[in-house]
Amino acid sequence: MLRTDRSSLRSGIAEIPVGDDDLLPLKSTGVFASCKNMGGTADLFVPYIDMMYGTLFIIYIYQKKKGKIKMKEKLEAIRQKAELQLEAMSDTEQVENFRISVLGKKGELTQILKMMGSLSAEERPVMGQKANEVRAYIEEKIAQRQEEIKQKEMQKEIEAMPLFDISAPANLCQGSYHPITLVQRQCERIFKSMGFTVEDYSEIVTDYECFESLNIPKHHPARDMQDTYYLDNGQLLKTQTSAAQNAIYLKYKDNLINNGVPIKAIFPGRCFRNEATDASHENTFFQMEGVMVDKDVSISNLIYFMKTMLSEVFQKEIKVRLRPGFFPFVEPGFELDISCLICDGEGCSSCKHSGWLELCPCGMIHPEVLKAGGIDPEKYTGFAFGLGLTRLAMMKYYVKDIRDLNSGRLQSLDQFTDDE
Amino acid sequence: MFLSMNWISDFVDLSGLDKLDLIHRFSLSTAEVENEIFMKGSDISGVVVAEIKSVEAHPESNKLHLLKVDAGEPELIDVVCGAPNVKVGMKTAFAKVGARLGDISIDPRPLAGYMSNGMCCSEKEIGISDDNSGIMEICDDVINGTDIKDVYEIDDIIFEVDNKSLTNRPDLWGHYGMAREFATLAKRELKPIPQVDLSQYDNLPKVDMKIEDSLCQRYSCLQVENINTNISPVNMRIRLYYCGMRAINFLADITNYLMLEMGQPMHAFDSRKVEKIRIKRFNEPFTFRTLDGVERNIDENTLMICNGDNPVAIAGIMGGLDSEIVDDTTTLTLESATFDAVSVRKSTVRLAHRTDASMRYEKCLDPELTVPAIGRFLDILFKTDKNAKVVSSLTDEYAYHYNKVSLDFDKGYVDRYTGIEIDNDTILDTLRSLGFGVSLNDGIFHVDVPSWRATKDVTIKADIIEEITRIYGYDNFELNTSFSPLYPVRPSEEKTEEDKIKDLLVKRYALHETHSYIWAYYDEYKALSIPIEDNVKLVNATNPNIETLRRSIIPTQLCQIKSNIGYAADFGIFEIGRVINGLKEDGLCDEHKKLAVTLYSKTETYQQLYLRLRDIILTIAKDIKHKEFSFEAASPLHAYEHPRNYNRILCDNLEIGYISLLHPTVNKKIDKKASIVFAEIDIKALAEIENGGIVYSEPSKFPSIDIDLSFVSNIFSPIGLAIKNAECELIKNVQVIDTYEDESIKSITTRLTFSDKEKTLTRDEVMDIVNGIIDELKDKGIMLKQ
Repeated sequence: MLRTDRSSLRSGIAEIPVGDDDLLPLKSTGVFASCKNMGGTADLFVPYIDMMYGTLFIIYIYQKKKGKIKMKEKLEAIRQKAELQLEAMSDTEQVENFRISVLGKKGELTQILKMMGSLSAEERPVMGQKANEVRAYIEEKIAQRQEEIKQKEMQKEIEAMPLFDISAPANLCQGSYHPITLVQRQCERIFKSMGFTVEDYSEIVTDYECFESLNIPKHHPARDMQDTYYLDNGQLLKTQTSAAQNAIYLKYKDNLINNGVPIKAIFPGRCFRNEATDASHENTFFQMEGVMVDKDVSISNLIYFMKTMLSEVFQKEIKVRLRPGFFPFVEPGFELDISCLICDGEGCSSCKHSGWLELCPCGMIHPEVLKAGGIDPEKYTGFAFGLGLTRLAMMKYYVKDIRDLNSGRLQSLDQFTDDE
Repeated sequence: MFLSMNWISDFVDLSGLDKLDLIHRFSLSTAEVENEIFMKGSDISGVVVAEIKSVEAHPESNKLHLLKVDAGEPELIDVVCGAPNVKVGMKTAFAKVGARLGDISIDPRPLAGYMSNGMCCSEKEIGISDDNSGIMEICDDVINGTDIKDVYEIDDIIFEVDNKSLTNRPDLWGHYGMAREFATLAKRELKPIPQVDLSQYDNLPKVDMKIEDSLCQRYSCLQVENINTNISPVNMRIRLYYCGMRAINFLADITNYLMLEMGQPMHAFDSRKVEKIRIKRFNEPFTFRTLDGVERNIDENTLMICNGDNPVAIAGIMGGLDSEIVDDTTTLTLESATFDAVSVRKSTVRLAHRTDASMRYEKCLDPELTVPAIGRFLDILFKTDKNAKVVSSLTDEYAYHYNKVSLDFDKGYVDRYTGIEIDNDTILDTLRSLGFGVSLNDGIFHVDVPSWRATKDVTIKADIIEEITRIYGYDNFELNTSFSPLYPVRPSEEKTEEDKIKDLLVKRYALHETHSYIWAYYDEYKALSIPIEDNVKLVNATNPNIETLRRSIIPTQLCQIKSNIGYAADFGIFEIGRVINGLKEDGLCDEHKKLAVTLYSKTETYQQLYLRLRDIILTIAKDIKHKEFSFEAASPLHAYEHPRNYNRILCDNLEIGYISLLHPTVNKKIDKKASIVFAEIDIKALAEIENGGIVYSEPSKFPSIDIDLSFVSNIFSPIGLAIKNAECELIKNVQVIDTYEDESIKSITTRLTFSDKEKTLTRDEVMDIVNGIIDELKDKGIMLKQ
């Protein structure tokens, strides 16, 4: 019978009388054995895989003597069939088709429910409940199966993804700051945190701004120290950021005098010296000047500020040492040394075994300079210092050739990414 | 300047003190001492005075002699010597067996077959001069066998002070001034300089001398004759040598010695050549031969010492060849003078000739020094040459007196300025020790500044603070923060924006910040066919290649692009720097701060790169100013800009910069296969634009409608303008979603997104607006694509 009625098998449930000889092909399977074990007394559902169609069938073996199959048994058969069939399904479309074939408008279960009307009043609620149970069960199984299949598919997709070559050469999309910008920002941040304003000033200045207002009259030997680039209109390229001092005093003096607000300012800027360039000399370089003016600003304050600020700049506790230094715009004027960053003052080759590095000039602002800025030196005092930003950048990043900085050579400059 | 500790010790007793420690303190309190300190004589030992008792010719050598020398030992010593000046009875420096001369140690050794048990030394070999022509000849009466270091000052500590750190201290240009510093630091007494009393010559005739020019402040002179000594005493020569000068002859040495000791330059004339001293300038330029034999051009600003009308020396700089002391000079006129410092300095610069004398005069020498210097000169002279004779009285014209400086201040001033407590006694002791007259009455310090500090160095109260504090020692300062009140600090808009722009360009667009120079590099510009635009020029550039200042950063950036070819297929650089656009009306430079950006690409087309730069600029506008920039086609202003693709950048109808494609001429010079575009924005103009701020608009809860329109057009701008002209608030977004181009037409598909806050729009509602736009474009000949 199995051989002859495959098509009926495919459509659903085959009714095979127990003991039928046609079951012989199943003898070798456990189905027949189970059937026998039952002593031929019970209904039995067995799965059967038709090798030709690759489909699973449920074979319902019943006791011949019982006659027609009952509704209850049919429901049970549908349930069991659904369970077994779903088990074998491997893609979501198949499951969906199956759902339609069972639960859809024309589905098997729906068909059975339509027959409810023919049942007796006692049977109907019982069967109704049974039918709903079966429906809920199948729905759950379908959802479960769908989820399982999804998981499997996801797994497949994951496995299909090739392993990436993380060791492949990198292709960075990264810009760079000029090292001066980095050092300048660091200094600005430190001074801002201590209440200093950051000022900007022009690069071309007058003789008055660069010299006269700073107590450097014409023919003063101090002008010997600076090789100035003069312009054909009589102006000059500023040789020092101090050239901004006078303007800054004038800008803030009223606030100082009338409102008691101390002048605390830094002014980074580009400076120029007319000299030949080599690995340690540039005609164009950056400085950062700082001033603080108030009542009773003292030498003690100056040393304290320099020590505090420089410890921040170099991010370590440093010692400072002041030596007398002559700069016409300060009195007293100092050369400030810091303990060698490499040996901490023990003495090494980079500090020529002195333990100290000469870092920056500073001093108490000369009374004449304050006067030129409209500030009464009898009432106010102040200090000023000049940091070589270019020098700081070279120290910080171990740049050996100062000319690298203005070279525009990106192989050098692109190394200076954000350093905050 | 080199300084001798022995010399300093002539004037202050430093015995029992650590000299190196004192030098270190000097460095911290007075002037920077160079790192290397020379311990002279420390490598010389076992050298004694010995007398040559016999000289025999070496049988096999023309040069060598066989000597027997008396080194104070019972036996004479056999020595083989190669010096040409050996003679019997001569005393010399003799290195005994076991002696050490620098790296050499003396052992008995055979020389051409004869044993030599020691070595007769030249002055060079014992390190006291450069003379290696023969063995040292000792003329002084010294017992044989005496250690030479006990006879002469070979042991000394020599240290060097950088001249630059002494520019403001005329008093420190001689050992005596230095000794004053050491005396103060060591709290010891400064001794007076030994001098001959000049008043004893008052009855002698005066020298005919007259100052005829105000540039000479003081001129003191004296005539001396019968000087027969030619060679200076050994110790004098050693000091001169250790301090970097060569001994010449006694007279020259004595003037040099005095200059190194007191800081006062002196000059000696042959009295026969200089009978009538006149100090003046000449109306006409002329040439003059100085004693170094060089012919120099003298102009009308240069002060001269003259014999009548005949110039004999350049005042304060150098004497003339013709009036120099020569072998048959019997009478000399000694000059000790003070000249105007600025005048000497300017003459030095004009003549391009700086001397030891002019260096000192430039520092404003103490005019009170001229007479003591002569007194000291005679003291040194008579100690060596007893027969020398003064033949004139001191002739001294003190034309210009320095300003005497007196300062008054109270203790509170010192306290405020220093921020620490320095007691009254310390203040008084320090100032007195440095030679200041000082008194304290009713809490007021009254200070009289000594002449050697008053010429320009110490003029105000703050200068006194420096004197007190440097000796007190900055290392001894207690450090205190200030007690200034706190106020909020407001950063400037411009500065903040600069930082933001840098961040945006680096972080978002991966551009590289570079720096360049403020001038145009002729060679580099020329290589790129970029003309040098006329502008303000440097008048004293040592490099003529950099004479003209730049009007734009772009050409400098193009040079940088050129030098970076091969760095990457695509890269961009930027700089915020200065340019100069000639002069303003007031004659000052018209300086501007600009942002310049240049992009280079081998992978993008000109247009793609151009639009990329445009988008960067628009991002700056949006991100930093919350504004829209617009672009306006314009004619380029510079030769390297593209005649067609050049746009002015506008914001609020103000021009803030431009964007341009590179001119093909320059493009080809840099890289034929790359696209290069650039833009320049004025930072100040940008800062002055009002920030649009964030204006929040609540998004509509209702769905929007997209209408896509394809117009036949080469460019978007008329389409954009028509959409803008529609002035429809419902248009929330405009996007170009596609462009199509074939041989016949180019079309641009624009998507308009409409949305209303109150309701869901219907297509019919927006079509009126859309049709209006279509009609407006139709009028301009721009049709919908069929």
